[in-house]
Amino acid sequence: MAVTAQTRLDAGKLRADFPIFEQEIRGKPLAYLDSAVSSHKPRQVLDKLRNFYETSYANVHRGVYTLSEIATAEYEGAREKVARFVNAPEARELIFTHGATESINLVAYAWGLDNLGPGDLVAVTELEHHSNFVPWQYIAKRTGATFAAIPLDDNGELRLDGLDEIAQLGKLKVVAVNLVSNALGTINPVERLAAWAHEHGAVIVVDAAQAAPHHAIDVQQLDCDFLAFSAHKMCGPTSVGALWGRAELLEAMAPFNLGGHMIRSVSLEETTWGQLPYKFEAGTQPIAEAVGFGAAVDYVTDVGIGAIEDHERELLVYALERLADVPGFVGYGPPADRRAGIISFNIEGIHPHDVAQVLDMDGVAIRAGHHCCQPLMSRLGVAATNRASFYLYTITDEIDRLVAGLHKAHKLLT
Amino acid sequence: MSEFDQMYREVILDHYKNPRGHGELDHADAQAEGQNPLCGDEVSIFVAFGEDGDTIDEVKFSGRGCAISQAATSMLMEMTQGRSATEVASLPREELLDELGIPLSPVRLKCALLGLSTLKLALHKAKGTPLPEEWAGAAGDLDLK
Repeated sequence: MAVTAQTRLDAGKLRADFPIFEQEIRGKPLAYLDSAVSSHKPRQVLDKLRNFYETSYANVHRGVYTLSEIATAEYEGAREKVARFVNAPEARELIFTHGATESINLVAYAWGLDNLGPGDLVAVTELEHHSNFVPWQYIAKRTGATFAAIPLDDNGELRLDGLDEIAQLGKLKVVAVNLVSNALGTINPVERLAAWAHEHGAVIVVDAAQAAPHHAIDVQQLDCDFLAFSAHKMCGPTSVGALWGRAELLEAMAPFNLGGHMIRSVSLEETTWGQLPYKFEAGTQPIAEAVGFGAAVDYVTDVGIGAIEDHERELLVYALERLADVPGFVGYGPPADRRAGIISFNIEGIHPHDVAQVLDMDGVAIRAGHHCCQPLMSRLGVAATNRASFYLYTITDEIDRLVAGLHKAHKLLT
Repeated sequence: MSEFDQMYREVILDHYKNPRGHGELDHADAQAEGQNPLCGDEVSIFVAFGEDGDTIDEVKFSGRGCAISQAATSMLMEMTQGRSATEVASLPREELLDELGIPLSPVRLKCALLGLSTLKLALHKAKGTPLPEEWAGAAGDLDLK
């Protein structure tokens, strides 16, 4: 693979690719600081979707006619792009799903129900999004396995010194962890946790929904067993995502959704399953969305994942410096060098909903709430936080407007 | 007046910063707690009845949360003091929302109605009647007890 020099990205210029920024919100240009929940879509992806529907659309793997063959080639081409994006050894290990949540549910049900039982241990972390927490808690209860969470330190980083103690709680079978925390931006030491999991004969399931848009992913280097992510956070369409899994694990697993297309043969007596990846792709898939996912991979790869990460870190350092001057600012999360472009914070004495509402009046969009991380909020001792998050199109002017809005909220509400 | 000025208009900020009827009653005749687990807003409401067992002699609240939930509950204290509990138990929500007089998105509507839902539950509990379906339903994501 050729190594290309990483150039800085020009967010102001990239912004022109995103039609959403052409409109005004409440009479002001949109300052969108909520990319952690979902990203906006560039023309390149939107054009691809439209073009696919207009020229190449048919159901895939179904017809012998030309159009179906063209659609199938596009769909499978997208699979190859997405598989390469995470450096999967083989494209057949890459399953299209409706998103990271479905990907994790697929593993929890299809692997978990057959491989967990009393005495077994499922370890998640206090930092997990509900999507990598609730399915494991539920499947552990259903199978009688023990459920435990790796604790956090006060910086919002995993306490690896507690691992031995956790391993005493049962026979470790699954470790479920995110690569980047959606709530705090913490970048987790997945390689170390993978080594810990494998030492105990466990599998490691990585939620990469928050990492994939901003951080280069190599499933072979991470040495993980399953990895889940979504297109919509990385410039792609909603309702499509991916699960990568080791072929030998996926092959040994029972199917998740049952129906058309995932079978080899069906008779009154018995049904046998198709090959990977089709065994896990029952029914008509989000075909155009998958093709759009491929276009999104092209887009972020062209911009450069490394350049995106560098850009966001510069914004993070700039924002943290400016936010320190806001009266009552309380930040959560690790230092900038161990964190993605996410800032979770509170303004003392002001509820996050009021902060977000005051900002919205000036066209500044941030998230206020528990970020689908209630166990983390309990750990932080708060009901909710504000969260500002960045992407490749974020410019410093948006951060300046955030800071100005926070000064205003403080003046108004305290 | 801009939408912004409406949302955090002076009277709302005044109730938020100087809540009326803030406190607790040691020997309340009616009491309930309400919480919105989505945002962590919480209020506890305490009511003391007059000798007729129906007049709201004293009503107080404690809690924490966003400006809208706390200001709306503070306004509610002023609105209901001295009124009949039977009447307040069936108070239409419009009466409070008109008093608030601000545009509310569906999310913020829940904030605005937290205090009233909780007060209604307290009164229905004291009278041994169930909270009407529309209120249990309207409360939706709220935890009331």
